[in-house]
Amino acid sequence: MPISSRRRLLVDSAGLAVGVGAFGFIYGLSAHSVGLSPIEAAAMSSLVFAGASQFAALGYMAGGLGLGSIVILTALLNARHIVYSATLAPWLADRQPWKRALMAHFLTDEAFALSLAHFRRLGRADEPGYWWAAVGAIFLPWNLATIAGALAGGAIPDPSRVGLDVLFPAAMAGIAVTLVVDWRTLGALLIGAPSAVAISLIWDPAIGVIAGALVGALAAFGLAAARPRASGVR
Amino acid sequence: MTETATPTLAIVVAMAAVTYLLRVGPLLGTHAERIPRVAIEYLRLVAPAILAALAAVNVAVLVRTESTGARIPSFQIGIEWLAVLLCVAVVAVRRSLILGLVAAVLVAALGRLAGGTPGL
Repeated sequence: MPISSRRRLLVDSAGLAVGVGAFGFIYGLSAHSVGLSPIEAAAMSSLVFAGASQFAALGYMAGGLGLGSIVILTALLNARHIVYSATLAPWLADRQPWKRALMAHFLTDEAFALSLAHFRRLGRADEPGYWWAAVGAIFLPWNLATIAGALAGGAIPDPSRVGLDVLFPAAMAGIAVTLVVDWRTLGALLIGAPSAVAISLIWDPAIGVIAGALVGALAAFGLAAARPRASGVR
Repeated sequence: MTETATPTLAIVVAMAAVTYLLRVGPLLGTHAERIPRVAIEYLRLVAPAILAALAAVNVAVLVRTESTGARIPSFQIGIEWLAVLLCVAVVAVRRSLILGLVAAVLVAALGRLAGGTPGL
């Protein structure tokens, strides 16, 4: 059973690693387009290691957001990691604290999905399986591809001529769509986007992004609370 | 758009710290079950809202900086809208972000080839 589950983990993670690598390359290109050096792009990929918030950070920096706002937005965007960590905690409870502390750094969306599925197949935690999923399949491809993308970006004199300037907004919108799992998340997206634009036009884009997102989530949350349970729609 | 005054490395370190704290808390025994369910649900909704807000503002709002330093935002429509909407459609239908991004870049590149100028 452990061998067949690890084989399944290898197959699943191989496909994911290709996608992560391609996306990491695009992140590197985008980072270059907003003025980050390859070292800065690589530092963000290795230290932050959270794709969506890294892409978002490029937008924050280009938009002139201050450090405080960036920290708040990063916390809000990555708050879902609390749930991942809490879900894996019972499986890893007997591991030494320093190991759990180290594992935490590599806990991304993809690592969570791969390792939890693997643990459930086995009926117990599998440390080598976790490391393979989190580091082998995600961390290494993401970081190597980031460096490759940042270096390749330097070789393209005018990224907008070949359409690379739309990578950032397209990636943001695309990732947002992948997070839509029910009508509430769809509502947050559909209300958040126009709210942010409206507030940006009235006030300032730096404020508009934060306020629009908070308003969108709040409105979707309020609608969810007001919706009758008997509707059966989730 | 203006450059942020904060050094990039400081931003990276701050982002890394806040992300790590969120990841490590429950694994090291901070009881996540103490977080109210309404807070968890709200935070779940914030992520797609932030990303959608960033994308929308990026393609729809152009900021012009006056000689006085004042920032004047204005609404803009360009090929970027089509590129991003195509990406959204591809991701929604095919569940492939990479495919969506490739489609978006191709549309933008073709638009520029046809004489469009970047509005971002």
